[in-house]
Amino acid sequence: MIPSRRMEQGGAIDRAQRLRFTFDGEAYEGHAGDTVASALLANGVRIVGRSFKYHRPRGIYTAGPEEPSAILDLRLGNRHDPNARATLEPLADGMELRSIHANGTAENDRLGFLDRIARFIPAAFYYKTFMWPNWMAYEHRIRALAGLGRVDLSSRATSAAHRHVQADVCVVGAGPAGLAAALAASTRGKRVMLVEAQGELGGTVLYREAMIDGMPGADWARQAERVLRDRGVEILRRSTALALYDHNVLSIVQKDVAASANDERLWLVRAGRMVVATGAIERPLLFANNDRPGIMLADAALLYTRRYAVKVGNACVVATGNDSAYEVALALRQAGSDVHLIDSRPERDIDPSLAGSMRAAGIKLVPATLVEGAGGHRSVEAVALSNGQRIVSDVVVHSGGWTPSLHLYCHAKGKPSWDAVTGSYRPGSAVAGVDVVGAAAGLWDLDAMLRNATEIGGGKAGEAPSSGTGVRQWTAPTPLPAGKSGKRIWVDLQNDVTIADIKLAVRENFSAVEHLKRYTTIGMGTDQGKTSNVNALAVLAASSGREVAGLGTTTFRPPFVPVSMATIAGSERGELQVPIRRLPAENIHRQEGACFREYGGALRPAWYGADADAIARECIAARGNAVVFDASSLGKIEVIGPQAAALLDFVYYTPMASLAVGRARYGLTLGEAGIVADDGVVLRLAPNHFVVSCSSSHVAWMAAQHEAWRQDRFDLAQVFIHDATAHWATIAISGPASKRIVGELGLGVDLDDARFPHMSVATGRFAGRPARIARVSFTGERGYEIAVPATLGAPLWQKARAAGATPLGIEALGVLRAEKGYIYVGQDTDGETLPHDLGMGGPRAKRQDAYVGDRSLFTPAASKPNRKRLVGILVEGKAPIPVGAHGIELKDGRRRSLGYVTSSYWSAALGHPIALGLIEGGLERASAAIELEHLGQRFTGRLVPPCFLDPKGERLNG
Amino acid sequence: MQHFPCPWCGNRAEVEFRYAGDAGVQRPTRTADDAAWAQYVHFRRNAKGAAKELWVHSGGCGRWFALSRDTVTHTITGSEPVA
Ligand SMILES: [Zn+2]
Repeated sequence: MIPSRRMEQGGAIDRAQRLRFTFDGEAYEGHAGDTVASALLANGVRIVGRSFKYHRPRGIYTAGPEEPSAILDLRLGNRHDPNARATLEPLADGMELRSIHANGTAENDRLGFLDRIARFIPAAFYYKTFMWPNWMAYEHRIRALAGLGRVDLSSRATSAAHRHVQADVCVVGAGPAGLAAALAASTRGKRVMLVEAQGELGGTVLYREAMIDGMPGADWARQAERVLRDRGVEILRRSTALALYDHNVLSIVQKDVAASANDERLWLVRAGRMVVATGAIERPLLFANNDRPGIMLADAALLYTRRYAVKVGNACVVATGNDSAYEVALALRQAGSDVHLIDSRPERDIDPSLAGSMRAAGIKLVPATLVEGAGGHRSVEAVALSNGQRIVSDVVVHSGGWTPSLHLYCHAKGKPSWDAVTGSYRPGSAVAGVDVVGAAAGLWDLDAMLRNATEIGGGKAGEAPSSGTGVRQWTAPTPLPAGKSGKRIWVDLQNDVTIADIKLAVRENFSAVEHLKRYTTIGMGTDQGKTSNVNALAVLAASSGREVAGLGTTTFRPPFVPVSMATIAGSERGELQVPIRRLPAENIHRQEGACFREYGGALRPAWYGADADAIARECIAARGNAVVFDASSLGKIEVIGPQAAALLDFVYYTPMASLAVGRARYGLTLGEAGIVADDGVVLRLAPNHFVVSCSSSHVAWMAAQHEAWRQDRFDLAQVFIHDATAHWATIAISGPASKRIVGELGLGVDLDDARFPHMSVATGRFAGRPARIARVSFTGERGYEIAVPATLGAPLWQKARAAGATPLGIEALGVLRAEKGYIYVGQDTDGETLPHDLGMGGPRAKRQDAYVGDRSLFTPAASKPNRKRLVGILVEGKAPIPVGAHGIELKDGRRRSLGYVTSSYWSAALGHPIALGLIEGGLERASAAIELEHLGQRFTGRLVPPCFLDPKGERLNG
Repeated sequence: MQHFPCPWCGNRAEVEFRYAGDAGVQRPTRTADDAAWAQYVHFRRNAKGAAKELWVHSGGCGRWFALSRDTVTHTITGSEPVA
């Protein structure tokens, strides 16, 4: 089957290579070199989608990233792209394409009726109408009508790793200006990078007539590419610059990346200078029904004709107000079409030689005339002109002028300035390290842009390539429609916004650009209004009696084109996103049948065994015999030097300088606001050598805290901080039988209670390496913590197990410590908890020297009697009360919270539930009885001291 | 993706650093009144425009330093050691 609209010759397609694809279930064929859009056009497909709000039929409108309508669901092998731009996507064999916004197919959309009631649903209709009882009641049904593409949640696209590169000069855009800049920059020993969105370098000279240095533009571009390659310039094709960030970092999405299932790779380029040569985007003309399939931008029609050998229409109307569309008219005529050229300018303003060449080619030039509207329902069939003429046509191509692509310049905080002569924004304020060249800079004359780009690239004007193309009136302000036809004139095709919608916004006083955007949604689609923004400003100015120059623009935000989240994530996904910390002896715990959970970013055994009683069993073993617990993730921050004691005294609320060598002390650290930040044990190994054993999840913060105060207040040569947490495995053995078991480990430390009492530390040896043994307890039982070099964790564990210790997981540990009222900072404390709220007011009362948070403990708020304080809570019955349940009281007939439950467990040792909480006034409340409530459930409880077992601490020596 | 000049390591990417507040904040002694202490703990200049900030090269040498930076344009005008 020969595609009906493919010309037999010309173009840059390979007719020998046939590619099969489907669109909305129909089979078609295209060629290598086609884009999806060109292949659909070559097959005569006119309706490729339905519009966002009114489900109007829409066709291919552009040939680039600005495309508002031809957005398709694309599947190819593993790849799924729910909103691929047909205009950017190279056709591949086996592609399955679907229209995304039709209920059915683009050709037959069951929601097409919406367009017939369109006058009842103007801008903001949904928000105004669906207010009762509230928007939420309707939102899900309205959202179901909307949306551009559907993400396949089963898709697990992997993406390529990011590339980070540095360059002296990075040129974005390889049209004539970009190539000239790159050529000039690369002769001077600079590292140059050139980024081009298309598969081939050259930009407009690939399809517009231009002679450069005596050769056709396309040949010149190929020669320039060879020169650049020889000079080592890195050239990225099919790569679109997404954003220009602070200090000249450019992000780029590169397509056709084999290493990636979603076809993309993200590049981050930091360059000394950015040369923005991103060209310009054509602006549509505004006339009634200007959205009908068969109506497209003039430059796109030229590209489809010349590059893809598509005969876009038989009877073509070319509508314009500038010179750039004249070449389009000629190309369409040369392709065998009947062409009317409708120019809004009077004959006297049109270059006579241009006009003459049109007429000589058989083009019917109609000056001083506007296209007022398009006829035809499913696609364009005729146009009505302002002179009353009606022309039958199957294609209307139009050019309202050009808009420089200043997105990157604006990302870099450049302020564009309005040029009323060309009706477009140009670069205004200078941005350090960023130059804008070519059409993006508002230069339209080829020689001028080649000279300018060469100079920007560091060359001299005399070195610039030369063209000799005459100056043209390439762009002019978009002519605005005069009459009130009552028919809709589309400004933003993607979001279905008409001139009437803009006027409605102005009438309702949403006439600032940012308000207009939010009220009408203009420019808010995935195309970000690339074809609509400037026209919207022109209409806004005209309908509110203002000048465009005074309106300002909405903010240009990255990315320039949509990019998948998978690409932005790169390899930072799954486990690599936030790498989990692991215990050195993890494999031993797996062999022991541990059930792993994540605690504070570390993967740790929650309990051992699969039975429901595992936690209770471990608790009973801890109180009755002995348990072994892997505490390797506990902090081991070494503080070393003559000022180590002074530093710890300042960082800790609990005084540490008075700690004797060979002893350990439990202490709290505060922030400067006095809030409890961490608790832990400090060991003094030698006069100038301490180890801070802080909570597992606070290690990084605690190390940074010590380092911060060290640099702020201490002699850097007198004290050093070293976080050695990962260097050591810590195995804790606890319970009545722990002394015997530790004795069997053969560490060479005298364990006699008189010489090695509770809160002592000593260094022995295990397997020929140092073993630090501290007598501490986090269960309330006699306990020993043994730190050995990380690789010895597993053998030490096995030896303790062989000696009779039962494995203990975190969950049982949580119960054991709660029975003793040992807090978890961050669980049993909150962002208001001061140390005296926990019953640890000693240092506050006694210390006169400076320590972190000191003054905060003496503010009026810190001294209030009704502060929330740590308490134990006993509830009736056998079921533990939910964590988060509030203590409540009645005050002036209303219930108010007194605080809440922070920890709650079933205690196997005691045979009843226990809980800890933060309650106003704590045990000094008038009554120990308390009412509690959780999500409508009521409980009755009693406040008790926060220690349920062995209040005298006799078991520590048991 | 700013580039900060660490006084010890030279220009390095922003991701290697941690922001640590305004530079030049002085810690009052225990004798400070409530207002002066609250000012120290809770209030910062939050300058729009030229600012002197403390940064830590946490992913590098670990040193604190003062950075002169414009918070609007993100222009860097210098850095100096603070300890
Ligand atoms: Zn550094």
